[in-house]
This record gives sequence, structure tokens and C-alpha cells, in this order.
Amino acid sequence: MTETPSTSAPDGGAAGVAPPEPRLIKLSEHTIEIVSDPGEGAQKCGQIFGQVSARMGNGVWTVEIIPAEIQPPARSPAGGSGNRIRIGSGPVTNWGDQAGLVVAFNEQVLLGRHRLDALSDDAIILLDSLWSRHDDERIREEWQKGMKELAGRSYRLIEVPIEEACLEIVDTPRRGKNMFVLGMLACLYQRDVALIMDLIAQSFRKKSPDVVKINHDLLDLGYRWANDNLDFRFDVPATKPEGPMLVTNGNQAVALGAIAAGMDLCAMYPITPATSVSHYLSDIFEEFGGMVHQAEDEIAAAGVAIGASYAGKVAFTVTSGPGLALKTEFLGLAVMGEIPLVVVDVQRGGPSTGLPTKVEQSDLLAALFGQPGDAPRVVIAPATIDECFHLMITARRIAETFRCVVIVLSDANLASGVQPYPRPEVDPRWMAGPIDQSPVAQGARPFDWDPDTGLSHRIIPGQPGGMHTLTGLAHDESSEIAYDPDAHERGCAMRSRKLAVIQKALRPPALHGDPDGDLLVVGWGSTKGAIEEAVDRARAEGYRVSSTNITFLSPLQPGLKEIFGRFNRVMTVEINYSDAPDAPYITPENRRMGQLAWLLRANTLVDVDCWTRVPGQPLRPGRIHEVIRNVLLKGRTA
Amino acid sequence: MRGNSCSLLTAGQDEEHEYGLQDYASATPRWCPGCGDHGILTGVQRVLEAEQLPPEQTVFVSGIGCASRLPHYVKTYGFHGIHGRALPVATGIKLHRPELNVFVVMGDGDCCSIGAGHWIHAIRYNIDMVVLLLDNEIYGLTKNQTSPTTPQGFPSNTQPRGSYLPPLNPLVTTLGVSNASFVAQTADWAPAHVFEVIRAAYRHPGFAFVRILQRCPQYTTAIFDSAVRDPSLVEMLVHENGVIVPELQGIYKNQRRHDPSNLDQARRLAEDVEPVRLGIFYRNEDRPRYEETRHVPPHSVEDRLRLLNKEFDRHAL
Ligand SMILES: Cc1ncc(C[n+]2csc(CCOP(=O)(O)OP(=O)(O)O)c2C)c(N)n1
Ligand code: SF4
Ligand SMILES: [Mg+2]
Repeated sequence: MTETPSTSAPDGGAAGVAPPEPRLIKLSEHTIEIVSDPGEGAQKCGQIFGQVSARMGNGVWTVEIIPAEIQPPARSPAGGSGNRIRIGSGPVTNWGDQAGLVVAFNEQVLLGRHRLDALSDDAIILLDSLWSRHDDERIREEWQKGMKELAGRSYRLIEVPIEEACLEIVDTPRRGKNMFVLGMLACLYQRDVALIMDLIAQSFRKKSPDVVKINHDLLDLGYRWANDNLDFRFDVPATKPEGPMLVTNGNQAVALGAIAAGMDLCAMYPITPATSVSHYLSDIFEEFGGMVHQAEDEIAAAGVAIGASYAGKVAFTVTSGPGLALKTEFLGLAVMGEIPLVVVDVQRGGPSTGLPTKVEQSDLLAALFGQPGDAPRVVIAPATIDECFHLMITARRIAETFRCVVIVLSDANLASGVQPYPRPEVDPRWMAGPIDQSPVAQGARPFDWDPDTGLSHRIIPGQPGGMHTLTGLAHDESSEIAYDPDAHERGCAMRSRKLAVIQKALRPPALHGDPDGDLLVVGWGSTKGAIEEAVDRARAEGYRVSSTNITFLSPLQPGLKEIFGRFNRVMTVEINYSDAPDAPYITPENRRMGQLAWLLRANTLVDVDCWTRVPGQPLRPGRIHEVIRNVLLKGRTA
Repeated sequence: MRGNSCSLLTAGQDEEHEYGLQDYASATPRWCPGCGDHGILTGVQRVLEAEQLPPEQTVFVSGIGCASRLPHYVKTYGFHGIHGRALPVATGIKLHRPELNVFVVMGDGDCCSIGAGHWIHAIRYNIDMVVLLLDNEIYGLTKNQTSPTTPQGFPSNTQPRGSYLPPLNPLVTTLGVSNASFVAQTADWAPAHVFEVIRAAYRHPGFAFVRILQRCPQYTTAIFDSAVRDPSLVEMLVHENGVIVPELQGIYKNQRRHDPSNLDQARRLAEDVEPVRLGIFYRNEDRPRYEETRHVPPHSVEDRLRLLNKEFDRHAL
């Protein structure tokens, strides 16, 4: 299955033989992967390819392929680093199923992707030819073994002299191959080369003009090589979006949302995959009058944010599972003292250190209930990168209006996923107002709860006449420590009531598909796109299936029971663990369910089923599609 | 913490009005009779009065423990948080509201055990605040458990055959952290000294750490008794750049001149458990302060939105 183009010299066309007229393959969407050893720049190549595609009007979803270790050995299947880019004619909402084209810098990282079943059967593979004729016999043997392993599939493998060609321009191709590859892709997908050259110049703006020039030359070389040697082209027509668009990843969107919400402080302790929120903010936040404080640990980060918020500033803390666990006690204090606080949890695989770089949706119940004592708080989950931005504004508003803790559950998929979304129109109402320093009215108390709503007006240090001591002990309206049974009952009721009041302002979740049918698939967070795509495929086949995505997990959006009643079956699809119903010892009585399923069952008393997986990857629409068909045909998920 | 200009910024403070002690008194303290915390509270209130701190511009932050109840008894703003975590909260307050006067009150369990990580880093941040360690060398509130500062061999409910380890020395620890800027020790049974030291701490621009030896008649009478009864076991550190309390000179005859700018000597003096040394061990006003280094001028909403639009441009298609 290996083929080496007959004219493998980069200037093959110059020999006077006209290159064959390439076959143009028209597609409505296509998924491309670029994988290399870390440090070889496949990620930059993928990012620029994604950006140029978005600018040309394609729908785009980009996911990083991240090795688990910082310095994995070269040429190791688990060490592949790069990008998956899915482009489409319309909006692309998820990373898709399998790649149709893969560019691999060596056969080992390619094997890594192959073993994860990341390639479609008819995938085209462009692989550096360097290794098959390498001086080192061991490498040649590894190559041979790798080729045998790949032979079971009907991939079309094309060897490309990537490194060899680059050596014409640079001494160390390690840092140049990515641009050559970008040039090939530009040719294959007919990307706007001038635009790519701009993006390269931007990305190397801190380097010398020579560096930019060399990268432009490498790009050109790759383009010409593909043009002269490859007999196919892809055409994924683009439709220009109506309004202006932004392209960012989810963590950048969270950071921009924090700024748009008028926040003053991001207090954090480094933890993957949350940290890049603070990297980006550290770069720009001070221009906006804000600051990133890297605390000594996550507990301190929560404490600093709470201190700042108590003093009237708007603060948030950003973390991932293990950090959320450490913040627990402080979150309880914020609930008890009714101190506004936004916590962003960019979820990764758990428990414990778990899968530090990989996506999971396992913190839902921890966010809701992971707290001794009754500590009601608001939990919301963005489903798209767009929502990562807007929900930060919502979170700040709710936290301040209701004097409560708001947890925003993002995940590793959104964190590094890149997608175009409509450029928000900035609005001064997003921002927090100035700190109230007016004298406090005679007789006003720090917890003057409205007996119906639980709402009260907070008093901020500096306000004359408002002196009181905030406490995490049970307290009355004056913030006096109160141990009598009624006082604690009332305090708990008032803090809980606020959630009910928030729920009043919410709408039932929107349905994707018909309002009734045989099956309703319920999801939350970043699985939305994949679920909807799967539902669309099943509906096109005539199945009566719809889906919905729940943004507000606490309080839950209203109307769920009524919606569920219109479907014969209701099932969640989530990236967290649940027992398989047919596993040994598992019975309906002891089966541990997906986290949303558990929540929905408790809240609606509907017999909600679930299909969940923890592969450390986003779910594929094709897999969900299969599950939907199984449920509807056989009555079970498998 | 330096006497700053915040009182001038205070809305609503009548210029003619002078604050008296009663203006700083809140609820009746609930500590045991004879507890050293009573005297410390009075010392604190006297400093507030002497420095005429506007109550609404002043915040007392504490953790959990007998000592940490103190904010409830001072009529300023107070934040009675969670065990061991007063310092991060105080950091958040002072970072964003540098005009507020921030006092932190902790017990020895609070500061030196559960909150020890925060303590080390807060010293390094050197944020302008007064930090009072009310050290009764025992866990009081939870009823007599060994603390990191409990003397070796002293029995408690958790180590009834006596504390196993030599105690942690809070002065040595603080003086050992880079960027320490003010370290002092006083004792609740010398109220005039408590007042002078806390006042000096307040006037210090930076993280002013004061360990206050605090009697706990419930559990640790035996630890402090001898020093309380016998002033000859105490040595006063005196210096024109430190504190001098003339009215105590008759009682405490052991006086040692110690220049608080001398860090090496401060460390040596802090090592000794006997005699009990009271005074300012170290003071350096030139250490960098985190809240100054990190100061970001506030921006108007219009500015922020304009800049946000510019930032959007960078990500625009
Ligand atoms: C996380 C947590 N652990 C334990 C406790 C129980 N606890 C309350 S105060 C305290 C120790 C008090 O000792 P110290 O800090 O020396 O203050 P003191 O009462 O002696 O003034 C402990 C262990 C708690 N409140 N929170
Ligand atoms: S137990 Fe000790 S420290 Fe606590 S109030 Fe009583 S005497 Fe004071
Ligand atoms: Mg104690």
C-alpha cells in the first residue's frame, strides 16, 4: 500500500513532464490530522491551517493532539503531538469521527493515531520517507514492523521526502518541516496562500525578518512539491459567515469573558488544562486594570479571590478537578458568607491526578454537592466556545446579584478546541458597577434577607456605618453567631431559596429535533455538537430521536419532566463513568449511573438511562449515532 | 502597616470627631476569665484609638480558634473565615483595597500548623498588614491538643505523655523567610508593651508579624507561669529604632540593646527560648511589597470596552 510518487524530487515538474491533472474530490466536510514528535511544530502548522480555513469561510473545529508527557522519547506512538482540524462547508461543532487525511512526521506517531482508531479506512496518509531508508537499521526495522501493522487497513500511504526537501533550505529541518507540510496542505485544499503568509509573519513577529522569510520559502517548497507530485485535491466549499467572527479556543474565550464581565482578579494555581486561561490573562489583563495572582496553592487562590470579592472587587478563580477539591472548604465559606465568587473548573479525567490533559465530564456532582453541609450554588456549563465567553458574563451577574458561588464547568475539549464564533458586540451592562462606598442606612443589616427570595444587599468594607464581622459560623441577619435551631434553619432556607428564584428566570432547554418521539438524548457541556450531529444522522435515517443540552445544572432548567414525558425513552450521553448494565454483579439496583443521569432521575423521577464513556477523548458523533440506533432497534445501548 | 492617608479619603468621617475606645468596642468577649486574649484585645483597641483609625476603613481578618474570635469584639469590619486561611483572605482584600487597614489575627494552630504554607508565602509577599499570632502554645478552642509551638514534653489530650517533638519557633521561622520585614514578640501580661509593639507594627509599611505570648489559663498556665511571675526571666530588647516602654523599665530589669536592622543578630536572639525576649527583633522598611509591585491603576468601563474591542480585533477573522 506504500506508494512513492514517481517524481519525488521537489522540482519534479521542472523536468519537462507536465504534472498529471489532479483529481478534484468534492466534500462537504473533511478531517485532517497533523502529527509529529513534540517540538517539530505540527501544532503550529495545524493552528494556521485552521485559522486560514476559518478566515476563508469554512466551519472549523480544531483539537490539539497532546502527548501525555512533556518530553516523550522521539518516534514514540504515545508521544505524538499535533492537531486535528475538521473543516466543513457549514458550521462544524465537534471534532468528528475519523480523519480522512493524515500528515505524519514519522511512522511511530502515525501508529499512535492508528491504534486509537483515529483514521478512516480510506484515509490518505502523507508520511515522511526519511525513515524507510534511514541509516540506522533499528529504525528501518521499526518502519517495517509499523508498515505491517498498518497493512490491515486500506489506507493510501504516500511517502513524501519532507525532511530531505527541507534540507535544501535549512540545516535543522526539525524546525522547518511544519511549514513544508503547511504548504502541501495549502495546495491540497486550495487555501489562500497570501493569507497563510500573513499568518506566518504574525506568528513569527517576535523573530527576525529572516526567520519569516525562511518559513515562507519552506511553505512555498511544500506547495510546489504537492502541486508537482500529488494527483488529488480536496474541495470543501466555504460559505462566508454573515457577520464578523472571532476565532479563539475555549480558554481564551473564558479569559475574554472575564474581562468583558468587568472582573478585576484571576487568582489561580497552575493546573492543566485550566492554566492557559491565566497565561493569556497574564499577558493582557493589566492593560484592562485587572491582575492574575498566582497563589501558593489552590486553597490560597480561592481565599485571595474571596478576600478581593468581600472587599468589593470582582474575582474569579480557575482550576481543574484536583484544585476544585482543595477549594472546597473556601467555597463553603463563600456560600455561608454569601460572598460572590466565580469558579471556573476546566474538567479533566479523574479521580486524583487522573488524565491531566484529557477531557472528562466527571466533576458535575462534585460541583453540585462536593461539600460538607448544605451549600447550594449555581453550576453552569458552556457547550461551545462562544458560550465560554458569554457564560462568564452570566456567571458574574448571578454571583453578584444573588451573592452566591457560581461554578462554570468547562472541559479539556473546549479548553483547547478552536472554533469561529460571532464577534460579541461589547456592552457596558456586562461590567460590574463601581464599589458601593455610600453610608449604610440606619438599621440595615448585612444579611437582611427578603423572606421570600432570600436576597439581601451586601455591605462592603469602607461603607460608613456598615461595620460587622462576616463569619462562616451559623449566623443571623446581623451576622451575629447564632446557635439556636431556628436561626440555622432560616439561614439554610434563605441561601437555598435563591436558587429557586434563579430558576424562575430560566427557560426550559431548547430541543434539537421534534418536540416528541421515541428517544430523547440529554447532554451537557461540550458534547452538544457531537450529540446533535449524531441525532441529525439518525433523523435522516428516519429515527424519531431528538436531543437537548442543559446549560443550567444548578438550579436545573425548568420543564424537564414535562419534556421527558413526550418521549418513550430518555437517555443521557456523557463523558464520565457509569456501570455497563450487563457487567458482572451490576443490577438496576446497584448500577452507578452517569452524573447527569443521576441528577435527572432524582429531580424528575423519570427512569433516565445513560450511555457514558471515559476514553480521555471527546465523543465521536458516529459512536453516538450507533448507540442511538442500538437503543431504538434493540432496546439497549450496545 | 504605616499610618496612611486613608482617613482623609473616608466618606462620612466628621473632621471634628475623635474616636474613643468605646467606638472600637463591639460584643462582649466570650473568652475564659483570665484568658490572655482579653488583654490583647484591649491593646489592639488602644492602638486603633491612638492611631484614630476610622472603623469603616479597617478590617480584622481571622481564622478559627479562640484567638480568631477577636474580630467579633472589635467594631470595625471583620472577616472570621476558616481555620488556617486568614492570610489569603487578607491578601485578597489588601491587594485590591490598599487604602483599607488590614489586621490579621491567628492562633498558633491557625498560623503555624494548618495555615503554615500561607504564612511562609505571606511573609514573602510582604503585603502591608499587621499580623498577630496569639500563641498560647496549645489548641484552645478544640480543647487541649498539642500545637506546633507546644513545648517538648508538655502533655495534652492528643499527646498525654508529653509533646514528642521540639516546638517550632515562629520567630525563627519568620526571620528565615526571604523578604521578612518586621518581626516582634510581646506578651499579653505586659499590656503597655503589647500596645507599643502593635502600634509599631501598624506603622511599619509591610507585613508586620507579631508573636504574642498568650496565657491560656484553661490549658497552659504551667507554660507561662514562671515568666509571668518572675520578670527576671524576661529580657527586653530596646533600641531607639525598636520600642522602649519606660514604664516597664522598673519591672523588667534585663534590657538588651538590639538594633532591629541587624538581621543576623535578630536570628541569633530569636533562637533562644530562655530568656523570654520581648521587643522588635527585625525591621526593614525597604523590602519590596507585593501590592505595590502589582498595583494596577483602575480602568473605566469605557476604557475596558475600547480595549476589549481591540483585543477582539486580534482574534477577528
Ligand atoms: C479544617 C478544620 N480543621 C480543624 C478544625 C478544628 N479546629 C478549630 S480551631 C482549631 C485549633 C485552634 O488552635 P489555635 O489555632 O492555636 O487557636 P486557639 O484556639 O488556641 O486560640 C482546630 C483544630 C477546623 N475548624 N477546621
Ligand atoms: S481555652 Fe484558653 S485560649 Fe481559649 S478562651 Fe479559654 S483561656 Fe483563652
Ligand atoms: Mg492556640
